[in-house]
Amino acid sequence: MTALTRSFMSKLSRRRRASADAAGAITAAPANVHALPEQAPVEIAPNDPLLAYFQGAGEVVDVEALELDSPALRELKAAGVKLAVPLVSQGELIGVLNLGPRLSEQDYSSVDRKLLDNLAGQAAPALRVGQLVREQQAEAATRQRFEQELEIASLIQHNFLPKELPDLDGWQIAAYYRPAREVGGDFYDVIPLPDGRIGLVVGDVTDKGVPAALVMSATRTILRATATRLVEPGEVLEQVNEHLCPDMPEKMFVTCLYGVLDPASGLLRFANAGHDVPYVKTAGGVVELRARGMPLGLLPGMAYEEKEMILATGDGVLLHSDGIVEAHAPDREMYGFPRLKETVGDGPCGQALIDLVLADVDAFTGPDAEQEDDITMLTLERVAAAQPAPAEADDALVLARFELPSEPGNEREAIARVEQAVAGLALSAARLERLKTAVAEATMNAIEHGNENVAERPVSLCVLHSPGRLRVQVTDQSQAGELPAAEVPDLEAKLAGLQRPRGWGLFLIESMVDETRVTSGAEGHMLELVLHLEGETDGDA
Amino acid sequence: MATRELQATVRERDGTAVVDLRGDIDRSADERLAQAYAEATDGGARSVVLNFEHTEYINSTGIALIVGLLAQARAQGVHMSACGLSDHYREIFEITRLSDFMTITDSEDGAVRAADGSSDA
Repeated sequence: MTALTRSFMSKLSRRRRASADAAGAITAAPANVHALPEQAPVEIAPNDPLLAYFQGAGEVVDVEALELDSPALRELKAAGVKLAVPLVSQGELIGVLNLGPRLSEQDYSSVDRKLLDNLAGQAAPALRVGQLVREQQAEAATRQRFEQELEIASLIQHNFLPKELPDLDGWQIAAYYRPAREVGGDFYDVIPLPDGRIGLVVGDVTDKGVPAALVMSATRTILRATATRLVEPGEVLEQVNEHLCPDMPEKMFVTCLYGVLDPASGLLRFANAGHDVPYVKTAGGVVELRARGMPLGLLPGMAYEEKEMILATGDGVLLHSDGIVEAHAPDREMYGFPRLKETVGDGPCGQALIDLVLADVDAFTGPDAEQEDDITMLTLERVAAAQPAPAEADDALVLARFELPSEPGNEREAIARVEQAVAGLALSAARLERLKTAVAEATMNAIEHGNENVAERPVSLCVLHSPGRLRVQVTDQSQAGELPAAEVPDLEAKLAGLQRPRGWGLFLIESMVDETRVTSGAEGHMLELVLHLEGETDGDA
Repeated sequence: MATRELQATVRERDGTAVVDLRGDIDRSADERLAQAYAEATDGGARSVVLNFEHTEYINSTGIALIVGLLAQARAQGVHMSACGLSDHYREIFEITRLSDFMTITDSEDGAVRAADGSSDA
């Protein structure tokens, strides 16, 4: 008995592949027929003339009597097949029933042949229906597996995107991610770093689906771990590349832009591993953040160029993935970089820019277009910092508030009054002494430098107590610029006569208290000395 | 807390000049400190002990004055030490690293012994 082979079926129809089993099922041997060895299926090659012969035969074929230059026919004869019954449905050959010699060793009679012809006429349509059902089931299973994979990829992807974005004074960060139906491996991240810096990431893994999502999650994890350990963005990408290279699946790689923002100064340092160049909208036009570097995971030992730029108030950065610029219009025209750059230049910043770009891309591709690739955007905008709340606005208890004429030596009066004001707080002797020194130095600075020893321009002091905190605010009436930052005095240089012996005030103040804050306003400078009061009752802490 | 103007007196002990400081080490102490140092070293002493036992207040200007004296002493090869500092001002001498350049002892005896050791060396 010869089952129809897969190569044979594939000739009949590509879609029919899955029905090979169905065809085989009806080739079970009738009881009065010798079973042919199962291990000898006969392959009928797609170009074998036997196929055409079977298709057009219209009746049972006497294999032994058939003369045809056909390898399959020779094999059928060698396998002992006597009769072949072509099963044809709607003009299409869908299977062949092969019969060996009769058990009685008599030849097949004309009655037998008639019976087989009838059987073929009944069996062929039934077989066809069976084949179609099988095909549909197989297709449904494939579709279901595909949908499940999409769901898994999408789950992985969403799991590794930040759940929330940091709230930074003076900055607005917004992000958007819209996966294509087949998830494309885009990712973005905003990483809080030591010293208040912020890491910004946008990346794209080549390939789609589960493999891309897995590589994306690995990249994101390695990048996060490296970013908190190393400072320079170029070094970070270099390390991530080293980690990714050994295990990267073939023909896959990751493009990635990594930037480090210092929110205080607005300095953005960045490096780029082959990712789409971000745009910055500035007062002077749109700037491109270009830096050279190979995608991650291709070759070990890569170096990544580092660049930097200062973001001023009003500047807006757009990090993006290629799902935007590679979106196609119905006429296959690409959205492209120039159009995106123009949108950034003419548009707003932040979330409003994201909305604008999305609307423009969607209008470009048309309403019925299926999104081809993931779309990711991360925006960063420098806005005016919120004004610090005035001291009186908080709910601290005012322990003392007084003014002193700006005369040399009056810092001693300040010490005495502050000491009196904090008497109820049970500060340890050591902390009280430190506070007194800090108050004396701050008051001296205000008298001598801020108010230039002009008695009529008083120094005001305010002692505030709130849970866990003691603050002493020392305010002068200086109209000069900001107070200089404290530097560690160079004692060697002073002893060698290279520096004047003075210049210890600010350094001492910072050494004596837990925190200092300087506010420069229209009425003068305020230096605030802060003591943290946790565990204060422990005495000499 | 009223200001107490500095009084500085110099006495000799085993070849070391001991300067007793009474009052505040601030801007007003400039002249008296300089005079006392001159008096201490004019007699030929190779080591000077500043005794802060009766000093309650030293501010950053006072620190600058001590730095000035120390610079002068080092230029002249005079050993300088300090004693009688309160815990607080001892901490300040450490924070400012003055303690890296002058011997700090609790008692005057310790300071004089340290001065001896340094002049013997």
